[in-house]
Amino acid sequence: MCGIVGLFLKDKSLEPKLGELLSAMLITMTDRGPDSAGIAIYGDAVDGQTKLTVQSDNAAKDFASLSKDLSEAIGASVSLQANDTHAVILLDGPKAGAARQALAELRPEIRVMSDGDAIEIYKEVGLPKDVTERFNLAGMRGSHGIGHTRMATESAVTTEGAHPFSTGADQCLVHNGSLSNHNVLRRKLMREGVQIGSMNDTEVGAAYLTWKMQNGASLGEALESSLEDLDGFFTFVVGTKDGFGVVRDPIACKPAVMAETEQYVAFGSEYRALVDLPGIDNARVWEPEPATVYFWSH
Amino acid sequence: MQSYDVAADGLRGLNATLQAQKQETNQTRWEVVNPKGSHAIAVGLDAPIDVTVKGSTGYYCAGMNKQATVRVEGSVGPGVAENMMSGTVIVDGDASQYAGATGHGGLLVIKGNASSRCGISMKGIDIVVHGNIGHMSAFMAQAGNLVVCGDAGDALGDSLYEAKLFVRGSVKSLGADCIEKEMRPEHLETLGDLLSRAGSDARAEDFRRYGSARELYNFDIDNAAAY
Amino acid sequence: MDKTPGTLPIQSATFSNSINSEIRRAAATGIYDIRGGGAKRRVPHFDDLLFLGASVSRYPLEGYRERCGTSVVLGTRFAKKPIELDIPVTIAGMSFGALSGRAKEALGRGASAAGTSTTTGDGGMTPEERGHSTKLVYQYLPSRYGMNPDDLRKADAIEIVVGQGAKPGGGGMLLGQKISDRVAEMRTLPKGIDQRSACRHPDWTGPDDLEIKILELREITGWQVPIYVKVGATRPYYDTALAVKAGADVVVMDGMQGGTAATQDVFIEHVGIPTLASIRPAVQALQDLGVHREVQLVISGGIRTGADVAKALALGADAVAIGTAALVALGDNDPKWEAEYQELGTTTGAYDDWHEGRDPAGITTQDPELAARLDPVEAGRRLRNYLKVMTLEAQTIARACGHNHLHNLEPEDLCALTMEAAAMAKVPLAGTDWYPGKPGF
Repeated sequence: MCGIVGLFLKDKSLEPKLGELLSAMLITMTDRGPDSAGIAIYGDAVDGQTKLTVQSDNAAKDFASLSKDLSEAIGASVSLQANDTHAVILLDGPKAGAARQALAELRPEIRVMSDGDAIEIYKEVGLPKDVTERFNLAGMRGSHGIGHTRMATESAVTTEGAHPFSTGADQCLVHNGSLSNHNVLRRKLMREGVQIGSMNDTEVGAAYLTWKMQNGASLGEALESSLEDLDGFFTFVVGTKDGFGVVRDPIACKPAVMAETEQYVAFGSEYRALVDLPGIDNARVWEPEPATVYFWSH
Repeated sequence: MQSYDVAADGLRGLNATLQAQKQETNQTRWEVVNPKGSHAIAVGLDAPIDVTVKGSTGYYCAGMNKQATVRVEGSVGPGVAENMMSGTVIVDGDASQYAGATGHGGLLVIKGNASSRCGISMKGIDIVVHGNIGHMSAFMAQAGNLVVCGDAGDALGDSLYEAKLFVRGSVKSLGADCIEKEMRPEHLETLGDLLSRAGSDARAEDFRRYGSARELYNFDIDNAAAY
Repeated sequence: MDKTPGTLPIQSATFSNSINSEIRRAAATGIYDIRGGGAKRRVPHFDDLLFLGASVSRYPLEGYRERCGTSVVLGTRFAKKPIELDIPVTIAGMSFGALSGRAKEALGRGASAAGTSTTTGDGGMTPEERGHSTKLVYQYLPSRYGMNPDDLRKADAIEIVVGQGAKPGGGGMLLGQKISDRVAEMRTLPKGIDQRSACRHPDWTGPDDLEIKILELREITGWQVPIYVKVGATRPYYDTALAVKAGADVVVMDGMQGGTAATQDVFIEHVGIPTLASIRPAVQALQDLGVHREVQLVISGGIRTGADVAKALALGADAVAIGTAALVALGDNDPKWEAEYQELGTTTGAYDDWHEGRDPAGITTQDPELAARLDPVEAGRRLRNYLKVMTLEAQTIARACGHNHLHNLEPEDLCALTMEAAAMAKVPLAGTDWYPGKPGF
């Protein structure tokens, strides 16, 4: 049970302010989710480079000399920018798979939050205000981003249990609601070879979408089929390299508000999250329909 | 005109001040500024005062209202005027889900659209929506009138009791036990009165009436699929 | 010629006479069995626990001289006016509609004389119960029948009912026989129809929305009175934690033995967990969040004696609520009506067709002639006596364990007779230091 915010910029001049706008929206949703907070931000992609966001509870120890060790292991140039418990690792070339493998051996305690050309995911336990401050999210730039505040229902309050969940390269998902068939689905997906790290219902939703897309579905198709295969209450917001999408279950109890102007498309669990966006008073504000997939891309 | 700034002076002070207004108050006109989507604005009022909210609100605006007239110059979140007893609530923009839920009396006017579950379990309130309404509206509605000048979404009036539903546009689907019914002169009269009180120029003759088939009023195994 | 010896007929344990009769009834009527009351099957219960009285290692208190406190304050977290009760036994929510006005009055009289609270039910607040209850908890239910801000402000506490032990997750259907003129008017329903109840609240879903609903109710009532959240016991750890996160002052946990006015038998007997099993996880959640005793826990479902009260408190509850036991104290299922129970096809102690409104004891009915059989003054006195006896019993046990207040009872005062009870209550089997699931074994 949670608060969700999302901001997709159409106007490039707002890109330096993405982190600032999104952080403020996230903090407004503290009441809906005081346990943990997270954000997926899509920054500038550099041609030929891949980004890995990683997290460690022992960052100082795990990140020390990591770029050198990793570079030797995968035979490519690596640079690392640490940010509190997280670090963004820049790889030359499409080396995400090799880097994940090498990381598992070199630093088994490290968790990979995301990989892709543009995506970075930051999430930790704590109040949204504290989480945004520790990573200086307000200072980040990007083209779009998704944030989440969590009130844990049935799974533990941990970093792994925080949202967003990465669903594949440059893809992520956040969720408000409660899935009621996630245990059966988790077992099915694990039999299919999909890796699921937590007992969180949302991660199963994310893994489901990944699995669908690995089997040839587009994101839109995967979301469509989620309406059939997922049981329970959900509002999902998903991010991709160049866009973001929204879908609500057919009962659509969990709240969702959207706003669109010439400059952006914004999502909030409540209108409160949107009130400080520029030009909100003249925005088109509406609620996404139940069982309907919405998608915006650059 | 008294003015109250929610962002600066807080929600508790706003509701305490408005709830303290008595029947014979001289301070009958209030303006609430900077609502910024806050919840529970102007709830539990019980005096014939006139409150204008300058902006959009969150959940349960004007909840359990009695006597007061509350106008929102913006949109409202879930559960506007929930369990209203009397008075008038007017929303210039759109309303989120559960508008007028369980309301016992009074008039709720939505100038824009209302989303799902508009008038759920309504118990005597009158609701006039100038635009469209979402799915599962008037679910288990017990009494009162729901007037929709635009279109209605799926499952209108599911498990309906004695509330009366009037829709001018299309109805995507009717819920269990809800059927179209004959529009009789007394219905046209009620509807015409509601439309004029809600500031709508729609003509009563252009609406269709829906109500309960009363097939679910006493359990019958042959209706089990509808439960 | 001698008869060949035959095997005596063997009754199937699976297809018992009782089960077969239900199959025939379902086949004949085409409707599931609807009844009142709670789970009738045997489930692990407080009877499976024993107290370890004091002897040499601990010293008992003298019964008639040395103080053993019984008071409890509910709603100390946010409310300006918490509820102060003389005894930790309250009366659970039961609706006017399910019960007659006189029965509600008797509950109010008895509870008030014993220094405790009563609770409304689905169907609104009646003048009878408000007038006769010094402390009245007003239930806020999915149906919102009769809900209005004036009654809300008359209440001493508000109990948001998410579910009840007899049917967690369920709405319900009350057949039309009892929807009399007065009940119909209070609920804004046509007379005589079946009343279908929703399973979710009409204007919020989930703990994040519940937090906002609680804010609204506090704003309407000026933050004066406590807000309880009542759940049917199924996942007590998570539900308690989420009620606390949503801002509840008090959590009410109702186990599967908890009664109901009327719901499907299959729901009563097969959904939810025993009261005994619900307490430790709920207390654990409160402790993990650092609010045990700051957010009070009220346990209900199958509480009958002072021993049950003492055991619930020892496991970490702050108070208990009784429903069925209170009705029995008023006169429900009294053997003096046996002839009439027989006419209804049942017998004393088994009568549970409360929804049919033909209660010979005049308690679960809206029929004026039957209702007149209950004298609210006399019945109220019986309830008061019973509440006093329960309290004395609980005190007797607490003193024997060396405690000067019922709230000083602790899990270490208990042992279990069965593996099931040991596992559920997390107290050792009698004579051992072990319970199933205990780490380090």
